[in-house]
Amino acid sequence: MTTLHFTVNGKPIEVEIRENEYLAEVLRYRLNLTGTKIGCNEAECGSCSVLVNGVPVDSCVYPALKADGCEVLTIEGLADSWKAEGGRMKDELHPSREAFILHPLQEAFVQNGAPQCGFCIPGILMTSKALLDHNPNPTDHDITAALKDTYCRCGGYSFIKDAIKAAGEKMQHPDQPIRPVGLPETKAPLKVIGRPLPRPDAVEKVTGAAMYTDDVSFPGMLHARTLRAKYPHALIKRIDTSRARALPGVAAILTADDIPGEKNHGLVINDWPALAYEKVRYIGDPVAVVAADTREIATAALGLIEVDYEPLPVVSDPVQAYQPDAPKVMDSGNLLKHIKVRKGDMTRGFAAADVIVEDTFRTATTEHAFMEPECAIGRVLDDGKIEVYVGSQIPYQDRSQIAKCLNVAVEQVRVIGCLIGGGFGGKEDIAGQIHVALLTRATGHPVKMLYDRHESLLFHPKRHATVIRVKIGAKRDGTLTAVETELYGDSGAYASLGEKVMTRATTHSAGPYEAPNVQADCYAMYTNNPPSGAFRGFGVTQSAFAVESMMDRLAEALAMDRIELRRKNALKVGSVTNTGQLLRESVGLLECVDKVESKIVELQQMGDASLSRISFAPHPVPGAPHRLRAWGLAVGYKNTGLGGGAPDKSSAEVELRADGTAEVRTSSAELGQGLPAVVAMCAAEELGLPYERVRVLLSDTDCTPDGGPTTASRQTYVTGNAVRYAAKTLREAVAATLAEKYDVPPDSIRFEEGLARVSGHTVPLGDAAVLMKNEGRSPKALYEYWAPKTQPLGTGGDMHFGFSFAAQAAEVEVDTQTGEVHVLRLVAAHDIGRAINPMALQGQIEGGMIMALGNALTEEFIVEGGYVFTDYLARYKMPSIKHAPEIISFIVEDETADGPYGAKGVGEIASIPTTPAIANAIYNAVGVRVMSTPVDQDKILLALRRGEHETR
Amino acid sequence: MTLWEHYHLPRSVDEALSSLAAYDGRACVVAGGTDLLLELQQGRKPPVAALVDVTRVSEMTQIAETDGTIYVGAAVTHTHIVASPLLAARATCLVESCGVVGGPQVRNVGTLGGNVAHALPAGDGTISLVALEAEAEIAVSGRRSAVSREWRPVLSLFKGPGKSALDRSRELIVRFRFKGAGSGEGSAFKRMMRPQGVALPIMGMAVWLKVSGGVVDEARIALGPAGPTPMRATKAETYLSDIPLVDDVLPQLADLVLQDAQLRTSPHRATADYRAELIPVLLERALKLAHRRAATGEAVPEGLGM
Repeated sequence: MTTLHFTVNGKPIEVEIRENEYLAEVLRYRLNLTGTKIGCNEAECGSCSVLVNGVPVDSCVYPALKADGCEVLTIEGLADSWKAEGGRMKDELHPSREAFILHPLQEAFVQNGAPQCGFCIPGILMTSKALLDHNPNPTDHDITAALKDTYCRCGGYSFIKDAIKAAGEKMQHPDQPIRPVGLPETKAPLKVIGRPLPRPDAVEKVTGAAMYTDDVSFPGMLHARTLRAKYPHALIKRIDTSRARALPGVAAILTADDIPGEKNHGLVINDWPALAYEKVRYIGDPVAVVAADTREIATAALGLIEVDYEPLPVVSDPVQAYQPDAPKVMDSGNLLKHIKVRKGDMTRGFAAADVIVEDTFRTATTEHAFMEPECAIGRVLDDGKIEVYVGSQIPYQDRSQIAKCLNVAVEQVRVIGCLIGGGFGGKEDIAGQIHVALLTRATGHPVKMLYDRHESLLFHPKRHATVIRVKIGAKRDGTLTAVETELYGDSGAYASLGEKVMTRATTHSAGPYEAPNVQADCYAMYTNNPPSGAFRGFGVTQSAFAVESMMDRLAEALAMDRIELRRKNALKVGSVTNTGQLLRESVGLLECVDKVESKIVELQQMGDASLSRISFAPHPVPGAPHRLRAWGLAVGYKNTGLGGGAPDKSSAEVELRADGTAEVRTSSAELGQGLPAVVAMCAAEELGLPYERVRVLLSDTDCTPDGGPTTASRQTYVTGNAVRYAAKTLREAVAATLAEKYDVPPDSIRFEEGLARVSGHTVPLGDAAVLMKNEGRSPKALYEYWAPKTQPLGTGGDMHFGFSFAAQAAEVEVDTQTGEVHVLRLVAAHDIGRAINPMALQGQIEGGMIMALGNALTEEFIVEGGYVFTDYLARYKMPSIKHAPEIISFIVEDETADGPYGAKGVGEIASIPTTPAIANAIYNAVGVRVMSTPVDQDKILLALRRGEHETR
Repeated sequence: MTLWEHYHLPRSVDEALSSLAAYDGRACVVAGGTDLLLELQQGRKPPVAALVDVTRVSEMTQIAETDGTIYVGAAVTHTHIVASPLLAARATCLVESCGVVGGPQVRNVGTLGGNVAHALPAGDGTISLVALEAEAEIAVSGRRSAVSREWRPVLSLFKGPGKSALDRSRELIVRFRFKGAGSGEGSAFKRMMRPQGVALPIMGMAVWLKVSGGVVDEARIALGPAGPTPMRATKAETYLSDIPLVDDVLPQLADLVLQDAQLRTSPHRATADYRAELIPVLLERALKLAHRRAATGEAVPEGLGM
């Protein structure tokens, strides 16, 4: 041990540390300054950025002793640094808290919607502060250079850029308000619904006060680590933990033999061993878990556990998995599910076609790369009850899965949600939840299991790699006669949500079109790759790439305008989907197409006033004829809600407090998408309360009713409705109480500004709550909302209760000397029913599109023979601010009758048409069709040089 | 797992060398640590007993010029190099290559000496030093801790990909020197990245030219990865001597560079074929830019920070 002397946030600090600690560790775990986040441990993501002597450094790989004698500024000191510089600011979000001072950057981030999940925000703010200190009027280029290696995974970077500029202005002109962010036009707002309000948790996310799981600790807490498989497929012959147990500081080592209850977990099929027994099926399989006094001891213990394996042949791709002689991943075989869609008569359909096009596309496995790696803490209480702290997308299902493995009643387990640093589908399956529950029971101590980025990449389920064959027949006039698709999905070693994901891929595989004859067959296969599960878009991202690429090819074969081809076949009210569902309302696809088309025409008319429709022809860049630009377009649709006959419900409770505030409680998870604002707005609208007076409590299985999984773009719809109806029920109860007291009809009472207006009296709602309590009535209401019933695939009828639609166009530039592809602009229109919070909505749309841009251009999770190549972020590149194009967004509000205020889901639709729009634009620019994602500049250039017209 | 036990912050070269000597090969010099610490963490290098951090050795953190020769300390950060007007004007390719490394957080700590010691054939700063025909001053501790110093060509410091020719138990790069661009001289750096896969350049190239009376007097072309170590394209350099740089000679020059280059396919990074296609492109871009700078004397670094 040695003493580190330095200044942190203006205070001199002396702290005893080991000589091999990193600055981020000292800040977080010795000084309890947990605002500084660790996202990767490899200087890739920038979440850990702090200022050392005024310049940003990645504190996760910065030896702490390097900072000896230096001045360190962290997010916790940002506001005070502004005060020290003579800045003055009041908290405009909470005007009552005059004393609470934010740095202009923090204030601008809050008001302009920059924080979403919030995990990257401390690093972004610190890097931005260093920029503004030297340059208060940064250009887009300056901001991009400064944030080049500081990633945000939720948003599209434009809110961040705008907020930084607005903060620079505010620093120079403190008396002017923050310049608001530009947002697409939406319907006239109601009292609260439809207004661009900041997130309720925004202030804590910009000050570093926000608590994610690894920010929580308990006295006596042990640290756990997981021993993972050495081979992607092998029999376990022997496990010997005796040497590891003997290591001083080791408290417990558990293997599958120590699981008292069910050995497997699983969201749909219970096939995933909590700890591997008999065999391992992928390289991330957990074989043993260790709890020790420190993380270092736990890590050392892993190296002492002896496991004898007998390696087995590896199944490494889904087509191979389907072969009869393939090695078996599961005893039952490799077929997880054969999914079928049947409509009409294919023979007649293709016979009626004048033109038939057919080809096969491939998509890569991709990784969520949420900024916050997984963490869970287990704590056994004196009465034996187990608490698990975790950022989970499905708290109640975590609870039941933990209870089953522990062989206890669900009431003996409490799952307490912490803030989630991004999920995107990747935090639906169990990670360390069961392990920490087992370990805390075994040791009697609280136990924390934190994955580093490397482990996170190896372990959690991915987006399915697919092989998709599409065959389309059409009449000369463009009318589709038949669409046949065949899909293979790599579901990896365990079922996870693979069957559901590939079902969605299959049912959406013919695109948002009405074709009379459709046949789709999908083979979701087990392999020895990491499992595949939920990932924003849920299979539709993949099938949209295939079908929308083919629609452009069909237009070319027909010599027909590609927009007209889509318009002619687009789903509209009265259409019957491929699964036999009659669409009765809320089909805004054509309006989306119109909006995108007219915007691009308007943009192109600046260069050529004679244009009346979009030109998809390539244009060289003036002065650089080797760089060609072109537009490409694609459309898409995505169901809202679970569908397929699954009961889809959500519960929420709303309570009025004596202080005039309301609390909304539901277990639904906030991953950064903006649910707390949505539910607070629904409650405020119904109760006539100011938004700021609604508190939101999420994700606690003892204190919040079950909101169901946060998946399938469903929470705004189902939990929004649950809160709306709970608040309405509560309002009616208040009205009934007041009506009795003042002897007026209940419906004559008006609720506004936190007051009930009762024929000349105004009663603050807090007083009404007290009155209700005094009368023995409860000023709260619980509502269990059931979404409209759906039908299983193959039975006809309504497979889904709603669909969102989108049209997107990308302008790309391809360098024909290097093959490099840049997306310059995205123009998009999304039909999401109704914009509840236009700012959060735009954040979701931009973030979804950038994530899909990554899917198209930068992201590929590479597994070779079951071994993961992309096991560090340095090998898995998500889009940075450098890749972020200008986004021009339109909102189409084709309301759905049962949605809250007409709203449908938005979480996934934005990620669906982007990839094919980019691929189509590349083809339009240089005549090379991208047959597999991600786009590879190497392949593009070589295809150009060889005169080929596609990249396989 | 302990990646290192002790962390030393010596204030002088002699102190650094005596620390190294004391650990007898079980210590490593570290500066920014942006490469070394990750290699330790990811198990690509075995743990060490000690790290000897040279960033507080003041003679290693200076940029200076004496009689037309420019000295850059081995522990000078990329940020410091990019901010130097002297280097922007007189060693433009070095500023351009250091300006595209990582993001600000990495450039704020990563050093030029670290880039060379890491010995990657694609090291951005390294390639520019090679084009500048730089030499490195190596401090060597001998018997009884007697320290001697010697200048060696930068190109002599590489043994293979990631393998430095330095003896890490007793040798230390103190600083680099090279002749700053004079009248009629100019340089440029260009590189190609790929948005997927491994975060290493596919190909980087630095060009230094001396021109007079419409012809190229002398050319230096450095590139990597085009072999196990950074390299010079000497055939093309010779061809370009004493002729004017016109478009017609570009194909022949590119062929000559390709003759010297040993291109290989790096999995998930680039194919050899693709690299071969990039060489003429980078060559043309870097040559023309360096030529313009040499001819006009104007040198504004391009592409910094991106």
